[in-house]
Amino acid sequence: MSTVALEVKNVIKTFSVDGSKINAVDDVSFKVNSGEFVALVGPSGSGKTTMLSILAALLTPTSGQVLIDGQDLSKMSEKQRVVLRREKIGFTFQSNNLIPYLTAKENVEFMLRLNGKANRAGRVRSQELLARLGLNDRLHNLPAQMSGGQQQRVAIARALIHNPTVVLADEPTASLDTERAFQVVETFANLIHENNRAGIMVTHDLRMCKYVDRVLQMRDGKLVQIYETKDEVMALARGGDH
Amino acid sequence: MGLSIYLALKEIWRNRGRFFLVALVIALITLLVLFIAALGEGLGTNNRQYVSNLDAQLIVFLDKSDFIIPSSRLDQSALKAVRRVDGVADAGPISTSSTAIMLDNGKVLKVSMLGVEAGRPGLPPVIEGRTYQTQLAKETVIDRNVALRSDIKVGDEITVRSTQGTKDEFFTLKVVGLTEGQAYTFQPTIFVPPSTWERVRPKSEAEANKTVPDINVIAVKLEDPSQAEAMKSKIEANVSNVQVTDIETTISNIPGYSAQQGTVQTQGAFTLLIGVLVIGGFFQIQILQKVPQIGVLKAIGSSNGVVGFAAVVQIMVVTAIGVGIGGLLTYVFSLFFPPTIPLVFNGNASALAIAALLFIGPAGGLVSVIYAVRIEPLKALRLS
Repeated sequence: MSTVALEVKNVIKTFSVDGSKINAVDDVSFKVNSGEFVALVGPSGSGKTTMLSILAALLTPTSGQVLIDGQDLSKMSEKQRVVLRREKIGFTFQSNNLIPYLTAKENVEFMLRLNGKANRAGRVRSQELLARLGLNDRLHNLPAQMSGGQQQRVAIARALIHNPTVVLADEPTASLDTERAFQVVETFANLIHENNRAGIMVTHDLRMCKYVDRVLQMRDGKLVQIYETKDEVMALARGGDH
Repeated sequence: MGLSIYLALKEIWRNRGRFFLVALVIALITLLVLFIAALGEGLGTNNRQYVSNLDAQLIVFLDKSDFIIPSSRLDQSALKAVRRVDGVADAGPISTSSTAIMLDNGKVLKVSMLGVEAGRPGLPPVIEGRTYQTQLAKETVIDRNVALRSDIKVGDEITVRSTQGTKDEFFTLKVVGLTEGQAYTFQPTIFVPPSTWERVRPKSEAEANKTVPDINVIAVKLEDPSQAEAMKSKIEANVSNVQVTDIETTISNIPGYSAQQGTVQTQGAFTLLIGVLVIGGFFQIQILQKVPQIGVLKAIGSSNGVVGFAAVVQIMVVTAIGVGIGGLLTYVFSLFFPPTIPLVFNGNASALAIAALLFIGPAGGLVSVIYAVRIEPLKALRLS
């Protein structure tokens, strides 16, 4: 049962730099099904972060459409986009991920509070999810009292707790050492698959691709290649090993 | 809005040390503002108390005296003419002077000696003993403040020292009654009958043999206080060479009164301004440090309203705590102040100062709240 969770149709994003126009995202189209974990890779400046911002309804494309659960983001008001972000999108960021004055558990529960669902069941679920991520003894720690990997795992829990349609991860491994990075991405991939979410991870580290189902490669704003089969994906991940 | 309050309170609690220090700064500003307000009130009260407590609506001055009590001189015929004006219920003469009481321990207590007629506007209600009986009686009604400072009781005799011509003259008066809260030009007051006043008051050689007392101003009680405006013109039309005004104008023209209140109020206003700048600066720096974090809050779906209101709640809570601590400190300090320092923590002035203090928090933090609302959620992705 794989339904289309996210659909991108001919998206173009143009920025004006010193009077000349540059297409940061240049006619990109793809679909992501629920239960699928996709990596968006490419060198810096390839437009992957811009693409992510458009998927998150933080940037409006110059032309083209983005549909989440069949809803067209470009037809929404700013207020509707705020609601969409808290209901249908889960987010992890590269740094400054967590609210520094909330504990691990409170950070996860905050997502439920935003959606008005911070009930008893929700609190139990966030505790279970954190336990699943190996943070059982860190529930009441503030972000500053946790390691980078632990913080990233709390962010993953926050991105999943409210059962969003799409989970977006911006360079989740940027501040982690290799071993931790593999652990985090593996857990992330497992949760995406178990919970039947559509996961999109932006990364410049091709080694992380070994846990994903598909890889979208961008260069100069264009989607240049899609690695579809397991063999292709694994080959790419191994290539990133040197 | 519960979410905003949740965020605001969590942040304050988890950074309580830092927020407490800011609250302490606000507390010190509160302390200063409240003391300045109390000082203004205390100075003002000591200056105007007698006039503001008068049982009268209008005060009659000599024309072109600019409503300054000591420069106004009226005679008995003016008093009679005022009493004849239709609508005037009663009118009493007030003659002012400054003199001294010789105390048993050899000290001198400076007092305002006011010449007023018994039973007329000008003589406040007697709270103990009785009022003096004739216009010539060597009797006096004294302010309780005089009694407290000098240990004088009803029935005692006091010695008043006045310089008349080039000689110091001493007069003995019997204290027959007490009145309350009657300070005038920073001195507690003793009241004497008009003719006694003329005999006892300090005067120049030329005035030495005068017996008919000069009147400074006339306090007028109206039959219908709501007609004060109309009665002003009516008295001015019927009595020659006078100008009439209300109690408020009389107070603001007490020599030095307006200048002094203006000085104190300016000090208070500047202290509040400093408060606005301190609070504004702190919260602005704090918001600048929080830009990425606010970006994340917005990116995961917090509305501008939640973020902005959280900032407002935070500012109000910190301000309220600061003002609370400051109020408490002020109260504790006020217990240790000697009664001779003119501090009056009267309800109105203090309440006004506290309201102003509670307002300066949001006023100072306004810029930072606007800044917080304007932060782009793209900051979370290090874009824009």
